[in-house]
Amino acid sequence: MRPFTYERATSPEAAAAAAGRTQGAKFIAGGTNLLDLMKLEIETPTHLIDIRPLGLDKIEDTDEGGLRIGAFVTNTDLAADRRVRRDYAVLSRAIMAGASGQLRNKATTAGNLLQRTRCPYFYDTNQACNKRKPGSGCAAIGGYSRQLGVIGVSDACIATYPGDMAIAMRVLDATVETVKADGEARAIPIADFHRLPGDAPHIDNVLEPGELITAVTLPRPLGGKHFYHKVRDRRSYAYALVSIAAVVQRDGSGRVGVGGVAHKPWRVEAAEAALPEGAAAVAPQIMAGARPTEDNRFKVPLVERTLAAVLAEARS
Amino acid sequence: MASPLNPDVSRRGVIVGSAATVAAGGTAPLNAQGPRMTTPPGPTLPVQFKVNGEDRRLDLDPRVTLLDALREHLQLTGSKKGCDHGQCGACTVIVNGRRINSCLSLAVMHEGDQITTIEGLGTPDNLHPMQRAFVVHDGYQCGYCTPGQICSAVAVLDEIKDGIPSHATADVTDRPRATADEMRERMSGNICRCGAYSNIIEAMSDVAGTRA
Repeated sequence: MRPFTYERATSPEAAAAAAGRTQGAKFIAGGTNLLDLMKLEIETPTHLIDIRPLGLDKIEDTDEGGLRIGAFVTNTDLAADRRVRRDYAVLSRAIMAGASGQLRNKATTAGNLLQRTRCPYFYDTNQACNKRKPGSGCAAIGGYSRQLGVIGVSDACIATYPGDMAIAMRVLDATVETVKADGEARAIPIADFHRLPGDAPHIDNVLEPGELITAVTLPRPLGGKHFYHKVRDRRSYAYALVSIAAVVQRDGSGRVGVGGVAHKPWRVEAAEAALPEGAAAVAPQIMAGARPTEDNRFKVPLVERTLAAVLAEARS
Repeated sequence: MASPLNPDVSRRGVIVGSAATVAAGGTAPLNAQGPRMTTPPGPTLPVQFKVNGEDRRLDLDPRVTLLDALREHLQLTGSKKGCDHGQCGACTVIVNGRRINSCLSLAVMHEGDQITTIEGLGTPDNLHPMQRAFVVHDGYQCGYCTPGQICSAVAVLDEIKDGIPSHATADVTDRPRATADEMRERMSGNICRCGAYSNIIEAMSDVAGTRA
């Protein structure tokens, strides 16, 4: 691990200002992804700002009838919250489908949104990777790509966003609240938070230098039945090949998000009107324009089959 | 644990002793933080926490993980370093009542925390019920993952008691129960290379008062 200096944050605004003016600074919350990458020297921050002292660890009711989830709320505490289990079960289920108990106890809401891809070529510093080293090329294209992206990919990168929590948040139309280095607060719809790789795959999201996530808000509950189906190579503690987050109403209408297929939580709202007609009417619209590799071509039909399983369970 | 040949000599004592001999012979001792610590330590920072009920105060390079602080600075070598990347669970300790991977956490970020390691759960003369159950049900072979397995198992039963759902909980609004399926799912972050999994579930079921 490269040396770094360390400070404990005193206020969100001061933390954002410090991160904005310090070259190579990063925030640290749970640290479960950042420290892993620092040990491999894939992440090499020169300064860490610990946001734990900020007390952003509460889940509060909002005036609009939703919830405001502090940036530092752990995955376990969020998934176990009585209101989340009752009104946003898709979120509880998505979180519990990810990582291990030990990691969920430490990983935070903001950190989970910011976790880096698990593309094996990103992790192997001997390989070309435009995300790790811009301009070095992409060894995943034409390499071992079974786990990687099939839609929204570019010629520079086929990495996926690896998380589960954000797929559910995308279905729930969550909003990411931040404070920028200049002290200005902003609210970013989760649909706009993560980027597609394009020709700049080293940039995962729209946060500006120094910008700090302070909370994620959920609008009023949607009702309906909540699902998170995750298809993976192992029954527990594995990343998704394909996952489906869905909220389905009694009349068959609903919302669908797809994980494991793209550089961001994947959702095509226009396709959802066809949900009452079944998965075969919806999945081709969600996956229109897919550009799979030979290795991961199976993901495209797998999205439809996983959605069909969800809709069958919703009807039962 | 005492050696059967010489009750006053422990394996750890022998290892520490030989390292000191090597150092005295002019060879630099291995860096406590392992091969990834490629540059000399920078300025240290003070941190204070409680380990197994005892106040501890350390001055540490900020790169030192909680695991290395426990093993190399406090000589609590029960917690093991397996993968050092949060994948195997050998380093599992309980912090403020919840289990974590101590290898993926900086020690300086634990100011004021209450940390319980395998050494704090029980003693050879007075085993924790989970330690006793692992012995009774033969929940290990080589034993390397066992301290992490036991810390995790103790915390898993508390998580179930506290109503925290898991991927195996059919209805997340229900109170979870300590079924074999629930415990298997919750223990997936602890890898056992010897494959003692079925006996570990037997041990946990015994302590939970359920049948595996």
